[in-house]
Amino acid sequence: MVPPELRYTTDHEWVRVDGDTATIGITDFAAQQLGDVVFVDLPPAGTKLEQFGTFGVVESVKAVSDLYAPVTGEVREANQDLSAKPELINSDPYGAGWMIRVAIANAAQVDSLLDAAAYEKLTSAG
Amino acid sequence: MTEAPDQLHSTALLDVHRTLGARLIEFGGWLMPVQYAGILEEHRAVRERAGLFDLSHMGELFVEGADAGDALAAAVVSDPRTLAVGRAQYSMIVAADGGVIDDLIVYRLGPTRFLVVANAGNAAIVSDVLVERLGRWKAVLDDRSLATSLVAIQGPLAASILGPLTTVDLDSLKYYAIAEGEVAGIPALVARTGYTGEDGFEIFVDWARGPDVWTALAEAGAPAGVTPIGLGARDTLRLEAGMPLYGNELDRETNPFEAGLGRVVKLEKPGDFVGRAALEKVAREGIAKRLVGLVVTGRGIARHGYPIDASERRTGTVTSGTQSPTLGVPIAMAYVAPGDGEPGTILDVEVREQRVSAEVVPLPFYKRGR
Repeated sequence: MVPPELRYTTDHEWVRVDGDTATIGITDFAAQQLGDVVFVDLPPAGTKLEQFGTFGVVESVKAVSDLYAPVTGEVREANQDLSAKPELINSDPYGAGWMIRVAIANAAQVDSLLDAAAYEKLTSAG
Repeated sequence: MTEAPDQLHSTALLDVHRTLGARLIEFGGWLMPVQYAGILEEHRAVRERAGLFDLSHMGELFVEGADAGDALAAAVVSDPRTLAVGRAQYSMIVAADGGVIDDLIVYRLGPTRFLVVANAGNAAIVSDVLVERLGRWKAVLDDRSLATSLVAIQGPLAASILGPLTTVDLDSLKYYAIAEGEVAGIPALVARTGYTGEDGFEIFVDWARGPDVWTALAEAGAPAGVTPIGLGARDTLRLEAGMPLYGNELDRETNPFEAGLGRVVKLEKPGDFVGRAALEKVAREGIAKRLVGLVVTGRGIARHGYPIDASERRTGTVTSGTQSPTLGVPIAMAYVAPGDGEPGTILDVEVREQRVSAEVVPLPFYKRGR
């Protein structure tokens, strides 16, 4: 089960919309596929992101994986806790493992993302 | 063993791995478990307790005959003739130009009988090359790679778990020694060798008995917390121990001296061996690159293939790198220009177009306490 209130990308990021702010992370499915996360590289506040452009990197012991912005906008905040505790991405991917908060430039982009049912279908299809 | 390269082998333990929930990947032509519970947890289990490994993908090549010792001495860089029966040596087989075909462990099982263990992905090549090199000697090669299961137990508790199960006296089985006996009633060769930096054993049995040995060790080790270990943790364990992986630190473009393994090459041994002239030249004239250990001091993890610079000048490439589970810092092995390889040298690793500082350190990164 993925949280029903979130939106998702086919690259396994999730988005929580709160007013004009999008909180972004990676899904539990993505975290499990990566394995133990040991490093995360996130953009500083003020960084301008383009929808589906890379915004950072998450690394497990074994693999390096790019992070893709689900929406266009400016980074307001990155989760500082992750530099000391990257394992939060595995243990609480939808909560304490959030990555960045972004000021949404174009709300219509959110509507074009996958809803929970569509994302669930994507991951169960393998 | 000359199957088509696209044919994927599986070990006798495949069902065991599936039952344990392993994630499986292709490695060296084999379908192998890469992780069970998770790389970090498995890594710690081996450092603190004990781990079980299915290494049945490795190649087991038995060489026997009146000339077996001389034949092997002419085929590999070490001198297996100097081994006492029941002892083993780390070795390499190289091409005429000195490039490494594979790294090996050579065990002496008897006066005229040896076991050569090769990496999975190279086993067929090593077998073919050895057959060719044994040609003029009274020695024959029996490739038992697909008839042998290899199960390893590694970690500080390995001896206490295996001891009660085996007829082999582990107290008198030294590091890099091998003995014939039984494990859980199954005829086995028990070697005190490994690829983790811990004490441990590698147990060779008939193919079909692999699952029985595994299950016996898993059950006997359960109270001590023995854990199945996949290739992921095997890689982080060997990297911390500063041990090379063929395809990363070793390949046909690299000679043993460059890999820091010149001690394995016995140039003083009597008789010619394949690669001697090329390796004598390297010993005389020096190496073109040097394997070093790096600890990344900046922010980032150095990974295989990342470029390395010494004050704006390209000096080399990372061969293996990860976040060290034991040390908690990013570590790597890399080839750099010989002049840039002294411990204490500060280099830059290019991590996604950013320069990240790293310090050359002596290998290994991790050495177990005794």
